[in-house]
Amino acid sequence: MARQRPIRWHIAVFLAPAVLVYSAIMILPLFSTLNLSLFTRTADGTAFVGLDNFRTLFGDPRWSAAFWNALGNNLWFFAVHMLVQNPIGILLAALLSSPRLRFSAFYRTAIFIPTILSFVVVGFIWKLILSPLWGIAPGMLDMVGLKGLFAPWLGKEEYALTTLALISVWQFVGIPMMLIYAALLSIPDDIIEAAEMDGITGWSQFWRIKLPLILPAIGIISILTFVGNFNAFDLIYVSQGALAGPNFATDILGTFLYRTFFGFQLQLGDPHMGATIATAMFGIILVGVCIYLFGIQTRLRRYQF
Amino acid sequence: MSQTRQSPARTLAAHAVLILWVLIALFPVFVTVVNSFKSKKAIFTAPLALPGPDTFDLVGYRTVAQQGDFLAYFQNSLVVTCLSLFLVLLFGAMAAFALSEYRFRGNTLMGLYLALGIMIPIRLGTVAILQMMVATGLVNTLTALVLVYTAQGLPLAVFILSEFMRSVSDDLKNAGRIDGLSEYRIFFRLVLPLVRPAMATVAVFTMIPIWNDLWFPLILAPSESAKTITLGSQVFLGQFVSNWNAVLAALSLAILPVLVLYLIFSRQLIRGITAGAVK
Repeated sequence: MARQRPIRWHIAVFLAPAVLVYSAIMILPLFSTLNLSLFTRTADGTAFVGLDNFRTLFGDPRWSAAFWNALGNNLWFFAVHMLVQNPIGILLAALLSSPRLRFSAFYRTAIFIPTILSFVVVGFIWKLILSPLWGIAPGMLDMVGLKGLFAPWLGKEEYALTTLALISVWQFVGIPMMLIYAALLSIPDDIIEAAEMDGITGWSQFWRIKLPLILPAIGIISILTFVGNFNAFDLIYVSQGALAGPNFATDILGTFLYRTFFGFQLQLGDPHMGATIATAMFGIILVGVCIYLFGIQTRLRRYQF
Repeated sequence: MSQTRQSPARTLAAHAVLILWVLIALFPVFVTVVNSFKSKKAIFTAPLALPGPDTFDLVGYRTVAQQGDFLAYFQNSLVVTCLSLFLVLLFGAMAAFALSEYRFRGNTLMGLYLALGIMIPIRLGTVAILQMMVATGLVNTLTALVLVYTAQGLPLAVFILSEFMRSVSDDLKNAGRIDGLSEYRIFFRLVLPLVRPAMATVAVFTMIPIWNDLWFPLILAPSESAKTITLGSQVFLGQFVSNWNAVLAALSLAILPVLVLYLIFSRQLIRGITAGAVK
């Protein structure tokens, strides 16, 4: 229609509040944080130093050791989620979606409960359960004759990070379960019927028919896990403190950012180095999201039903 | 139904695995709540037993009631969560309506801009957010938290709601226009009531992370008067770390309200996740 329209003010009115709050509180601070990382504090204010902060972060042994440690730990944290949380989530979803399963609503509701609890509660509960003082974990291992396996897992450098990752898996397994469950439910009945006509049933039906169809959902879960893990902070802070003990064995980028920004013990907080770490995290998350959007999502074949 | 062969053994195995995971999921919560009602001695001698007449003890809850200012923290959390939720739903629905209803230049671009926040966590801007709050004097106020959480919740709300608003029938809106309703009335009177189920879904999704967040209360509002329940219980647990009764009671008190809300709204939540994933 070539009708001359007056300016439609209502569009602006509808958009304005959301765009203003979002831009002012989210986008603007994000960019000014990126900008802050290019400056440093001097005796009389701040000075532009270009990429010097990044050179310090990646190169100066006082900083780089901590940074690479946190990044390595974060990668391991992510790997545990991908290798444990998502397969368990897929398994539970596959079981839940079997037809005429009784109590499936109950199972769904119960398995999702840990996900709604706060990190404070989750971190503390597991700290208590795994505590050698209370003896629930050693007592239960004793019941199955494995008492010798018990160790104060959260206090040992070699186990602490994996233990925390598994606690996080315990908490969040409900999310992949739900998303995969929904994807499985949306597979049309005639495809399953056709598979059964061809004699493909049970697990081979799952591997050969259903799994290829839910790959896009698995892709979404992977990127959600990635963003969530590289942004994690609360669980480690609650159970191990800002120092991410023992001896920084559980330090991830979130706790490293917090310590740098606010300072700890004798070291003063440094907003510029904090912003530098936040920028590095931004870069890592951006790379991950781009790999997903352009490398994975476009190659996944989507089926139209 | 398509399923013809579902052997009893297979069904049994499925139930066994699911029950096992339900036990794993609920056991820690169960142990905490059960032991919060027991005396200190019973907590240690028989941690897995239910509280009996001679082991029942509310000493933990008494300590929490005397020491912690939990009622005030709870109120802070409630105010922050409700206000943020209201703003996210109102602003989010308005923006979603503009994006899904009108064709204007930059529509797609605006949609992408608002969706950016789904993938990029708001926490990365914390350094500058704190500076901004200090500059405007909003540090240690609930307003700071409400603003941050509103911004945090908007991207997903706009995304989900605009998907749903596209499905509202055009005939209805055009009928409203012919009757002389303004665009604002069409939105508030016709469209909003129709997307109420989607609003409930967005509400649950927005609410849980706000209620449970520790990062922003810790950084933006750590003062006693502005503490939320999550931060308050974290500090309390740190102080009373050796008083097991108090710790278990505080944890149980932190779990219960969320659990009750979840059981009431779990259908909305599950329906929301299901609908979102199908898209």
